[in-house]
Amino acid sequence: MSAGSPRLGRRISEVAFLAFCWAATGVALIALAAILWSLIRQGIGGLNLDVFTRSTPAPGSRGGLLNAILGSLMMCAVAMAGAVTVGVLAGTWLSEFAKDSRYGKVVRFLNDVLLSAPSILVGLFVYELMVRPMKGFSGYAGALALALLAVPVITRTTEDVLRLQPTALREASVALGAPVWRTILTVIWKSAQGGMLTGALLAFARISGETAPLLFTALNNQFLSLDLSHPMANLPVVIFNFALSAYDDWRRLAWAGALLIAASVLTVTIIARLTTREPKRS
Amino acid sequence: MTAAIESHEAAPARTAKGAVFDRTFEALCFGAATLLLTALGGLIVSLAIGGWPAFAKFGPRFFISSDWDPVQEVYGASGAIVGTLVSSALALLFALPLALGVAIFLVELCPVRLRRPIGTAVELLAGIPSIVYGMWGLFVFAPWFAHNVQLPIMTAAPPGSIWETITSGVPNGAGILAASLILAIMILPFIAATLRELLLTIPPAVRESAYGLGSNTFEVIRKVSLPYIRTGAVGAIMLGLGRALGETMAVTFIIGNSHGFPTSIFASGATIASTIANEFAEATGELHTASLIALGLVLFVITFAVLALARLMIGRQVNS
Repeated sequence: MSAGSPRLGRRISEVAFLAFCWAATGVALIALAAILWSLIRQGIGGLNLDVFTRSTPAPGSRGGLLNAILGSLMMCAVAMAGAVTVGVLAGTWLSEFAKDSRYGKVVRFLNDVLLSAPSILVGLFVYELMVRPMKGFSGYAGALALALLAVPVITRTTEDVLRLQPTALREASVALGAPVWRTILTVIWKSAQGGMLTGALLAFARISGETAPLLFTALNNQFLSLDLSHPMANLPVVIFNFALSAYDDWRRLAWAGALLIAASVLTVTIIARLTTREPKRS
Repeated sequence: MTAAIESHEAAPARTAKGAVFDRTFEALCFGAATLLLTALGGLIVSLAIGGWPAFAKFGPRFFISSDWDPVQEVYGASGAIVGTLVSSALALLFALPLALGVAIFLVELCPVRLRRPIGTAVELLAGIPSIVYGMWGLFVFAPWFAHNVQLPIMTAAPPGSIWETITSGVPNGAGILAASLILAIMILPFIAATLRELLLTIPPAVRESAYGLGSNTFEVIRKVSLPYIRTGAVGAIMLGLGRALGETMAVTFIIGNSHGFPTSIFASGATIASTIANEFAEATGELHTASLIALGLVLFVITFAVLALARLMIGRQVNS
């Protein structure tokens, strides 16, 4: 009997602990379900053809999100083009040339810090760098801010997948007489392209929902404009302005926009996840 | 004989040509890596230059005073700094136990077939844009929170007690506590993902020997797994804290945006990021803009310190 109570205590603490772990996961899943549910319930009503064919309206009139959607797509495309170039090259340098050199370690460390730096500070930086000297908000400034957020993600994933490529692959290519640059371009990049694509997709998912860095770089534009050198409408900032407005029709559009943006970001994230393998216990 | 000489001559020529391209390519890659460093350096320098007028005008008072008055042109950062630190600390308090639970569930308890779907679901939580969290927080979470949490707690508080003081405020659902709960949901997946990776680095033999000695799951986690990942786990926590400190849009929606020191957990407040997001585009004068950029520099210094510490600790754990 004396041995009974500590044994009982162990059992109770074990059960309570396991129950807590189940409950914690439950909380996370319920939060996800609750957010998705209200997005769908509030957003689906506002989704109609107008959303894709008309520009943002004045309160009380018919309109959609066409200018914001196009603006977001254009800025993201420009940002990704720049970010992929810089990120892939920087990641290649870290993996193939820097190895464990001092400078390589510094770059790798600061890249990791940049990876989680507050996005609003990137907005302030681009404001000081481009908007203030050029005396005007512009789509280019917005794209630069987004690119600065995407580069660290691409650099990190590129380095990680390139490091996974077997040394034998490099040696085989060099043994056939290919110089290092051709080895990297046609052998290493080629065999790592799946992982690099995943990195680019994750970076795209990250920047397409970013609001804070666009608030004072691209600003906003009530009209349809495809000119990147002028202030440019974009989904996140339109959602921000419309959600906090007092007009019901603007709020409906904000929910529709939020649903669009969340659906596209989550789809891209899932595609990126499906192409990578699950981490295994070592 | 001739063939041997030819190949002998051809080989160095090809390497020389390769070497030129090799060097160009390496320089290109090196340039890209250096561009990254320059971006970070430029960020610090531009914030310092942009914020300088505010530091020069107010001196140390900028950090001590909590007055923020664009009409009188008086700016003090301490209200926003305290708001940032308090909301992030509370968020961490809520997120940490949950994240630990999720990570342990995914590694130890989850049926293998559900491991991937549930893991992906938790990752999706990290993928939801922060503006969506903000809208959900303001329009769905805040009314629920006001009705089911704030009102019962405020009516239950005995008059005149400390309890009443720290829960005073307008029961509209917006405020410091509501903001930190939203922040907690946002940083949970980041902490959980890092903890999960760390738990997966524990050699099976270590855990199995603990089980072999008769330990149950709780004891293995508490006495073997957690001590094993200790350093990295602290890093994971700091990483989550770094996220919470810099989070902008979700907080801007729900914290209530009032300057000065927060007086209770239900009172509205402001963080550094929310102040910048709200006021920067409509800043009234040079000094207002400079003060907001100076706030940005303060936020950068805080997050840089936290993130740098986090990376160092996680790095040490993973490498060891």
